[in-house]
Parts: sequence; C-alpha cells; structure tokens
Amino acid sequence: MQLVKLLNDPVFAAGRRAFIGKSGVLLSATAVALLAGRDGLAADAKDGSAAVGDDVRILNTALGAEHQAVAAYQVGAESKLLEKAVLALAVQFQGHHKEHIDVLTKTIAKLGGKPVAALAKYTFPTDKLKTQADVLRFAAGLEQGAVSAYLGAVPAFHNRDLSKAAASILGDEAMHWAVLRQALGENPVPAAFVS
Amino acid sequence: MPDIFRWLAACAMSLQFSGAVAANAPSVPAGNAASGEMVYARCMACHALTENRIGPRHCGVFGRRAGAVPGFDYSPAMRRSGIVWNAKSLDAFIADPLKYLPGTGMAFAGVPDPKERADVIAWLKAASPKSAVCAQHAQR
Repeated sequence: MQLVKLLNDPVFAAGRRAFIGKSGVLLSATAVALLAGRDGLAADAKDGSAAVGDDVRILNTALGAEHQAVAAYQVGAESKLLEKAVLALAVQFQGHHKEHIDVLTKTIAKLGGKPVAALAKYTFPTDKLKTQADVLRFAAGLEQGAVSAYLGAVPAFHNRDLSKAAASILGDEAMHWAVLRQALGENPVPAAFVS
Repeated sequence: MPDIFRWLAACAMSLQFSGAVAANAPSVPAGNAASGEMVYARCMACHALTENRIGPRHCGVFGRRAGAVPGFDYSPAMRRSGIVWNAKSLDAFIADPLKYLPGTGMAFAGVPDPKERADVIAWLKAASPKSAVCAQHAQR
C-alpha cells in the first residue's frame, strides 16, 4: 500500500490540503457553469416533453447513486478502520459526491422534476468490513459502478449539456476509483478504456 | 403428385423444421459466468446480490415477477410491467432499459454487447443460489 504511505507523508499531506482547498472551489465553479446556469435547461423545462422526462429520470438515477455514495463514505469514515490520511481522502471523496448531489438536485429542479431524496436507511455489508482494505475495496466497487452508470448515462441524455456534465462527473468518479485501487495495491488504471 | 404440390409440401416441411429449430434454440446464448462477474461489477453502484441498494437485490431474480422485491420502491412502470424475469426478458431489458420499459428507474443506455449480456446473466444464474442469504430472500 504505497499510496497509504504517501498519504501519511507530512510534506505530501500539506501540499494535498492546499490543493484540495483550491480545487474544491474550482470544481464547484465548473459544476455550476456546467449546469445550474444553463438557460437552455429552463427552456427545456417549459417544453415539458417526453425527452425532458427521460433526462430527469436519468438524472434522478444518478442522484440516487450519489446519495448512496455519501452514505457509504460515511460508513467508512465512522468505521474507525481508516488511518488518518485515508480518512481524509474518504472525506474528500465524499465531499465531491455532495457537490454532485448539489448540482444534480438543482438541475432536476430547473427541468421541472422532483429530485429524489436520500433514503432514510441504506443497507451495506458492514459485517464484511473488518479492515481498512475491506472499506477501500467496498468504496472502489461503488466508484467502479458509478463510472459505468455515468458512462451509460452520457449517450442516453437528450440534452447534450447534460451529457457533458455526466462526463465531467464520470471523470471524477474514475479518479476516485483509480486512487482507491492504488491504495489497495492494485493497478490503478487496469485498462485503456472504462466500461 | 404434381411437381408444384411436391415443391409446396417440401417448403412446408422445411418451414416446419426451421420453426422447430427456432423454438428449441436458446434465445440467449450461453454465457461465461466468470466473465459475467466482471460485467456485474459495473452494476454495483446500484445493485447487490443480497441487499437492496438504489436498485433491487438480485437474489432469486430468475422466475420473479418484476417489481416484487419486498421493501424496494419501484417505478410505476416496473410495477405495472407484468414482466417475469428469465434469461430472455433480462437480456432484452439490459440491452436497452429505457427502450424496453419506458419510465424505468434503471435509466441508462444499457449493455449493447450480446456476449456481455449473456455472461452477466450466466453469472447471475450461478451466483444467486450460492448464498444462503440469497436463498432466504428467494423464498419470500
């Protein structure tokens, strides 16, 4: 677990904290520009067509998965199984998912849809999470699934702005997946394509 | 028998034969369960074998009526679909969920590759009965 050693290095950690602070602002601004301010979405909402209904359903599927991801990272964060540096990483990734939720929620509302709420309870295989590696593997599985889900969403949207936004989120999820694989000692990027 | 009748009879037999072959042919090719496990990894943002996530659990999916997993909040389209899950209906659904069942909550483009679909269906068939928890759920 070379990455875990690197994460625990104080020099690296200080640089990472500074970067996270700046990149968080940058990502938020990009996400808002991607979706929330699009006048075309408001026009689509007025249109009220079946295509808009399809797009809202796809967005809500993604939103449901994002709510679940936040809950899963919370389970990991509260497990007491994560080293300090890994915990910080998990919280950072959870923060990204919260940003995705924010943008998806606003976009669905702008399209005239009703954003799905987080479930009152999620059932995760917590009895199988005994070590840090178990938690990382569980999170990696969810991130891999999220990459595939967004990959399946990109061509399904009628509105290309939404495809672009989904591709942007896909990239973020793919980075999470790669970092988690690296932390598990696996090849972080096992193939030239994701599926 | 005039030639024309002989020819028609031969055509009819031929059609009957090809019909019988089509009826007996597997509608979904046999898949590779080991490869299917890797395909299933793509489903795991939403599904798991033994517990409901944002999609319903897959335990006991074969032979189950769509929309019937207890405790899962299905889309109205799925609840009303009348689908019974088997290799053929699963194959058609995951090929293009939005086209097969408009209004489904499984809103993504699907798995276009028939081999990947066959593989994941084979894995689901193989994996479902292995888990004791799964067997328990399947009885509900």
